[in-house]
Amino acid sequence: MQTDPLLQFFDDGGTADLSRLGGKGMSLVTMTDAGMPVPPGFIVTTAAYDLFIDQAHIREDIHRLLDGLDPSLPAEVDNVSAEIREEICSRPVPEALRESTRSGYDSLQSRFPQTVPVAVRSSATAEDLPDASFAGQQDTYLWLCSFADVSEHIRKCWASLYTSRAIIYRLKNGIPEDDLSMGVVVQKMVNARVAGVAMTLDPGNGDRSKITIDASYGLGETVVSGTVTPDHLKLDKVTLSVVSQHIGAKQMELIPDAGSKTLHEHPVEAERRDRLCLTPEELTTVATMAKRAEKHYGLPQDVEWALDADLPAGENLMLLQARPETVHANRAPGEPAPTAAISGAIDLSSLTASMLKNFT
Amino acid sequence: MPMKSFPKPSDLAVPAGAEGWEEIYPYYLVFQDALRDAEDQKFWFCDSQHWPTVFKPFETIGGEFAVKCLGQYNARHLLIPNADGIEFRVHLGYLYMSPIPVAPEKIAARLPEFERRIGHYFQNWDSMLEQWKIKVRATIDEMESLTFAKLPDKVPMEDILSGKAKDGSEVLLENYDRLIQLAYQNWQYHFEFLNLGYIAYLDFFNYCKEVFPDIPDQSIAMMVQGVDMELFRPDDELKTLAHLAVELGLQEQFNAPHEVTATLEGITGASGGERWIARYEEAKDPWFNFTVGNGFYGHDKYWKDHQDIPLGYIADYIRRLDAGESIMRPKEALIEEKERVIGEYRDFLDTESAAMFDAKRGLAATAYPYVENHNFYIEHWTMGVFWRKVRELSRMMYAEGFWPEPDDLLYLNRNEVRDALFDLVTGWGVGAPQGPIGPYHWPAIIERRRKIVSALKTARPAPALNTPPESITEPFTRMLWGITTEQVQQWLGNDESTGDGIRGMAASAGTVEGYARVIHDADQLSEIQQDEILVATITAPSWGPVFGKISATVTDIGGMMSHAAIVCREYGLPAVTGTGNASTTIKTGQYLRVNGATGEVEILTPPVQGPGAHSHQHVEAPA
Repeated sequence: MQTDPLLQFFDDGGTADLSRLGGKGMSLVTMTDAGMPVPPGFIVTTAAYDLFIDQAHIREDIHRLLDGLDPSLPAEVDNVSAEIREEICSRPVPEALRESTRSGYDSLQSRFPQTVPVAVRSSATAEDLPDASFAGQQDTYLWLCSFADVSEHIRKCWASLYTSRAIIYRLKNGIPEDDLSMGVVVQKMVNARVAGVAMTLDPGNGDRSKITIDASYGLGETVVSGTVTPDHLKLDKVTLSVVSQHIGAKQMELIPDAGSKTLHEHPVEAERRDRLCLTPEELTTVATMAKRAEKHYGLPQDVEWALDADLPAGENLMLLQARPETVHANRAPGEPAPTAAISGAIDLSSLTASMLKNFT
Repeated sequence: MPMKSFPKPSDLAVPAGAEGWEEIYPYYLVFQDALRDAEDQKFWFCDSQHWPTVFKPFETIGGEFAVKCLGQYNARHLLIPNADGIEFRVHLGYLYMSPIPVAPEKIAARLPEFERRIGHYFQNWDSMLEQWKIKVRATIDEMESLTFAKLPDKVPMEDILSGKAKDGSEVLLENYDRLIQLAYQNWQYHFEFLNLGYIAYLDFFNYCKEVFPDIPDQSIAMMVQGVDMELFRPDDELKTLAHLAVELGLQEQFNAPHEVTATLEGITGASGGERWIARYEEAKDPWFNFTVGNGFYGHDKYWKDHQDIPLGYIADYIRRLDAGESIMRPKEALIEEKERVIGEYRDFLDTESAAMFDAKRGLAATAYPYVENHNFYIEHWTMGVFWRKVRELSRMMYAEGFWPEPDDLLYLNRNEVRDALFDLVTGWGVGAPQGPIGPYHWPAIIERRRKIVSALKTARPAPALNTPPESITEPFTRMLWGITTEQVQQWLGNDESTGDGIRGMAASAGTVEGYARVIHDADQLSEIQQDEILVATITAPSWGPVFGKISATVTDIGGMMSHAAIVCREYGLPAVTGTGNASTTIKTGQYLRVNGATGEVEILTPPVQGPGAHSHQHVEAPA
């Protein structure tokens, strides 16, 4: 792969630079480097965004509009947000940038016998940082089937930097606008049969010896957005045995329609709703991958994954995203979450501790 | 949810033909009319784990000594802060237990004493355990030396010359008393370290549950369990002997291992045979002091007395070796896996917690192996010698006409035996023309008791009696017997499990499908075919050789630390224990799925009907 400042494939060996790739893009590059099963794709870098903004000459406008904005006045913020986004979406993309993106798209498609749909996701530089959890503040566009669509949605991702929520968040958290930029990830869509989220700790109490998995049929967006009640499982991280499980209602699944090349919500039939959507083997594979991701990053991870219906068993698990779990990760490892005393047990802690001073 | 109750003792129907059963046991072992209100207030659970079948009167000795001695260590030696001993009763032939809690206000005062006492043991563990082996061994040696020979027609001349002035009957009486005392002695020793082993284990267990809520019990067990335990030694000896037989080319000598004398003579005569026999003799003492049962019944068969059993296992191992199989346990892999598990859990902890974890695990790993290993010294070795001596005495008295069958002494309780012995020596001593009274007294009583015992055997015990407490918290009850709040709820039908599945404790992880082989008696063990799933009321350590053959185990009785659970973890097989009813629900030949990680057992096909149902042929698994 040639070096293009505007574009980087996950697997072209480029460096994982946060300021250039954004959080999500950097994570995909790192994971690919670490041999984790990420669906192939590329990142339209922050340099591309900067080039666009500069050539469109709207940086000044944005500064002016945001200057002195009061986050406690939602109507005003909404107006500013709409205006900036309109500016971004209406400006033409510079030719060099368009060419770069086009060649990236073609190069990705050339890897498959036929055109595969792709997803376009924003990859902000301020998102997903360990001390500023803001997952979901930017956008994801799924199942795009032509370059025109891809190109249009890249601009939408850029514009999503200026939703009212994002503007308010930055104002309230004192995140400066000056260095703000945005990468965009273009990635082969996983044809998800089952998908979900795995966390390498128990979010209920921060217990790091557990892996919790939420899983449902179809694309994982239903799980992430909370539009279905997924299966919920807790596994022991060392032995990978299931500690507890709850079969979720999994009312509907979001699946691609091959004919119309769009996503459809389908009700899930009772038989599939009443059982776990993962087999024990698949569960083990998902947990093993989450564990590997945690080991790689050295921190508890929050992993999005999917089983691709187009791929054979054993090769069908796709890691869509891994990011540090931000709620409990700042606690010292192993610091136990407060738990109820175990009733009836002899409390020998102090006794044994004192006893052990002389015990070898 | 309103708490349901188990039946009261008096609610249980006496099986037809067992009327008057109370009189065959000592008075203090049965529920008392005068204490009925107090006894009905208590919750009693049936210990069918150790006593799965009805006691003959003499056999209550094991239950009495074991449970009494367990209790004395809680209540009198160690002063366990929150647990005294366990009361016990025999009801309709089965043993029921009721743990005695310590009143909350008395717990604090016991703590310092408890700490001093267990502290002494834990600080001197190795040297005291060394002493333990010496004194237990001395007890066994003395027991082995006891004889119950027929009394001679006359006192030998040398006793006249030496002025001994005793007729030898005193030896018989003393030896009987000594036999009982020595058994009692080793049962006291049995619990010297056992409760401590459980305390250390519980301490680590509770710590793990605190820092890793919901950690599977299996993981905790794995982190403290020894891989190379003495309890596995008898089985390992057989494997070594099988390897040696193959090495020496002695395979064809094992074609009829049930013919013990012929087999051993054949080997001795074969080239290299003497070396094998020498190794066999070495293994026999002490490792063949190993019962197919659990040491608590007179009918237990010990390898030493039934060498067809170990020879049969050796023959089986030889066949497997010739078929190119590996029969040794994967010790290195087990140790490596154990180290991995310990290391990974430890890495979740901060420095301070990791130090605590190491200390507690270290103590548990030191103390816990006793929990397994003592079993060989007491239940197997001591009790093997004990029952052999009891049979010797019974057969001598049978020869004197005391009872109709050689082993009928078991229908007398141990104090009645002493009466009968005095009767014997009196009749002999005075030269009574009709001999002792026993032969006119006991046969009719024994016949009646024999009928009562068989009638009692027609009914299974109730899992428990009376109203259970809100929750079962007494640590030993949970650990040793697997009696948990959830287990009790399941017995009462209050649990939320649905469907036809059988549920028990997730005792050893892994999922396996295969055909069931239901074993009700150790004599059926030879029926087990390769890769079948063993379904039994309970298993015994000496069933080790079949664990190399089966693919999973399901038992009615037992917790995480039951023999089946420990051995299955050791052999890397899935196990579900404490199901309550698997051996009566599942039929041989049914196709099962056993999930040792969730404790679920599913019956996937109805039993095979007609010819072949009990043969070794199996229908094909459904595709």
